[in-house]
Amino acid sequence: MFIGKVVGTVVSSVKDPKVAALKFQIVQELDEYAKPRNRYVVAVDTVGAGQGDLVLFASGSSARQTTLTDGRPIDAAIFAVVDSWDVDDKLVYRKEGLEAFGRQPAES
Amino acid sequence: MHLGRVIGRVVTTRSLPGLQGEKLLLVRPLDEQREPCGEVLVACDAVSSGPGDLVHVCDGRESTLALHERFVPIDATIVGHVEEFTHDGPGPQHGVGLPRSAP
Repeated sequence: MFIGKVVGTVVSSVKDPKVAALKFQIVQELDEYAKPRNRYVVAVDTVGAGQGDLVLFASGSSARQTTLTDGRPIDAAIFAVVDSWDVDDKLVYRKEGLEAFGRQPAES
Repeated sequence: MHLGRVIGRVVTTRSLPGLQGEKLLLVRPLDEQREPCGEVLVACDAVSSGPGDLVHVCDGRESTLALHERFVPIDATIVGHVEEFTHDGPGPQHGVGLPRSAP
């Protein structure tokens, strides 16, 4: 899985009936320091992520292992919205509005 | 599967029901010299790993077989800690993982 940022949505009127009810979003991959990689993926949204959200997405046949995508021609699925992550014990990203929940151990 | 080093933790609250309680970690893939190779990825944890651990990671749909719930969209899972490894290539042919940090 990779971390990505939802940067857009996909609308298509002519598509396979098996994917007719799904919401597709364009996700730009991020590296471990939240720097964008030059790679974009069209992924099915299974958790209701919004524009600008940082999300986790799975690729390949694993993406079909949700009730929404089971048995459908899907190879990328958003399955979680990221609240925060750290690298080498340093906080890299925290979602807006969650600051009160993330006090560092030294402060408490 | 490949070698990797755990470098961080990822926290999510809004995720699918089958993933509640699964730990997500950032893993940097390593080559046989323990040099970084490839892009940092996010993996589920089946063996209680933490930052700094040398681990091996299973990719693809098979990686869900190590988890409590198998019907989840996970494509990478940490399935073991590496204590030591050997290889025939150039350079040092023997590597060891760091000792586990005390909890």
